[in-house]
Amino acid sequence: MKPKIYILLTFLLLFLSLQLPAQQQRFPKPEFDSGYEQPDPVTPEPRSGAMEYFDVAVLLAVLSLASYLVIRKRSRQGILWLSVFSMIYFGFYRNGCICSIGGIQNVTLTFFDATYAISVTALLFFLLPLVYALFFGRTFCAGACPLGAIQDLVIIKPLSMPRWLRKTLGIFPYLYLGLAVLYAATGTDFIICRYDPFIGIFRMDAPFHMIVLGIVFLLMGMFIARPYCRFLCPYGVLLNWMSKFSKWHMSITPSKCIQCKLCTTSCPFDAIDFPTEEKVTKSSRYDAKKFIIYAAVIPLWVLIGGFVGSKSHTYLSKAHPDVYLAELLIQHPELKDDPDNIDIQTFLASGKTMDILVEDARLKRKEFYTGSWILGGFIGLVIGLTLLNQVVYRRKQDYTPNRGDCYSCGRCMDYCPVDR
Amino acid sequence: MEKKAENRREFIRKSGRLTLGLAIGGLGVLAASRATAGEWVWQIDPFKCNQCGRCATECVLNPSAVKCIHAFDLCGYCDLCGGYLKPDANERSTAAENQLCPTSAIERKFIEEPYFEYVINEELCIGCAKCVKGCTSFGNGSLHLQIMHHICVNCNECSIARVCPSDAIKRVKASEAYQVKGSWSKPL
Repeated sequence: MKPKIYILLTFLLLFLSLQLPAQQQRFPKPEFDSGYEQPDPVTPEPRSGAMEYFDVAVLLAVLSLASYLVIRKRSRQGILWLSVFSMIYFGFYRNGCICSIGGIQNVTLTFFDATYAISVTALLFFLLPLVYALFFGRTFCAGACPLGAIQDLVIIKPLSMPRWLRKTLGIFPYLYLGLAVLYAATGTDFIICRYDPFIGIFRMDAPFHMIVLGIVFLLMGMFIARPYCRFLCPYGVLLNWMSKFSKWHMSITPSKCIQCKLCTTSCPFDAIDFPTEEKVTKSSRYDAKKFIIYAAVIPLWVLIGGFVGSKSHTYLSKAHPDVYLAELLIQHPELKDDPDNIDIQTFLASGKTMDILVEDARLKRKEFYTGSWILGGFIGLVIGLTLLNQVVYRRKQDYTPNRGDCYSCGRCMDYCPVDR
Repeated sequence: MEKKAENRREFIRKSGRLTLGLAIGGLGVLAASRATAGEWVWQIDPFKCNQCGRCATECVLNPSAVKCIHAFDLCGYCDLCGGYLKPDANERSTAAENQLCPTSAIERKFIEEPYFEYVINEELCIGCAKCVKGCTSFGNGSLHLQIMHHICVNCNECSIARVCPSDAIKRVKASEAYQVKGSWSKPL
């Protein structure tokens, strides 16, 4: 019996002596005689979870109302006021965070980072507009998106852009989406959030260059309607896909189109498809050959894209802090003596060896290699399909909104002289 | 002929809708199976923080949402406080030229001989961590930085976390939003 107690005691002592240094302080807390009461550190609670769910409820209500206003009520006025509300609530009141566009990155990170799990509210913010777009078209863009609303309000004299320019610039959202997913998946950065041009305006506070960017976008938006939505927004890509196949969609005319052409100039986004001319339809027979060629070169586009992407992986990976630091230290070892370089000094003090850092960076770069191959291939595919679309003629008799590009803002409805 | 074309388009649209619906449904279910009910917020691990000073400059807010907080449990109530006084201070007084804090955000109050209480004035604090450095180097380390959640706008990606050299800023559960030294200890 006795030895057992000794062993226990020794362990207890060992345990205590291990605990002690952690508790020891240079200056022990004094015992006060004057009846001094020690205050507690102030730790104000974060915004409550219930409020986050309230935001989801607001989003749901706005989306439902927007869909009703566009498809049933056919009210441009209603949509306008709803978008003003969304801009004030999601933009100025909620400071632009949480937003569906940035949700892309949270969803991506959930699949690639084991330590991160998306919160239910963020997931709903990502999914709800997509589901609505699948049924009602892009009513999110029309009524719920604060970024869309602020751009929509500054449209003064929209200029029509030639088709080739629109289609070319239209590739950028795909690139932005691809890059955002790549950077989120590698745990590098959330670029959609960091380069959100309007968040500085919503918060009335941001680094100087971001404020300038926001103002530039708004000024540009007076003449090129919704420049961010059309030529950058990565979430717009997903909404575009959904809306193309939507069950219902806003229509310009409430009954039958009388071909009056009054709506043709109403859309600031060039999102109205005109009826196909007979001449074009006739000659399109000869485009079958073109179509086959364009379809056949798509794999080539994918390969070229993937190759270009993989070539740029070194450059893209520089955004990751580990890769950046490892490269900096290899190229400029003399910086180790620079006391002002906080990153290097912290790394040296952390006890992490150079070998481990280089190995980490090498692994990260490998991830980037795979990622940028896929990204490049994706962009190649997009280019190939965009080109293919140019030789496809769909027979059309009326003026109809382009389901993919249309934001369902309802301007064209006001121009239509046909009554119910 | 016309009717046929319409039917074909409708069929394509329907199957496209079904495919996309299944795709987002699948994505949603997959993500939801890993999702958490609670929210995430950003917080600084005080044991990892190396007081580089970037919290004061990198936050999207100005002044920063990062403030110094005082874990009174660990404080030694020193007269010669490494967090309050400049290392080359002339005397131990509240005179501005002796204070380490650039905004005079620390209030020094006499308690009893020879002890002094130090309270952070949050309104003035800019989160520069000068006092944290002083207290950690010369004292008990009771002063340390925390992200204040009534100020923080909870960006999707914290702009300070991105540049934090010691990787001290992490997402934490909103239910345990603070890591105050003493009550919160270093995870093993």
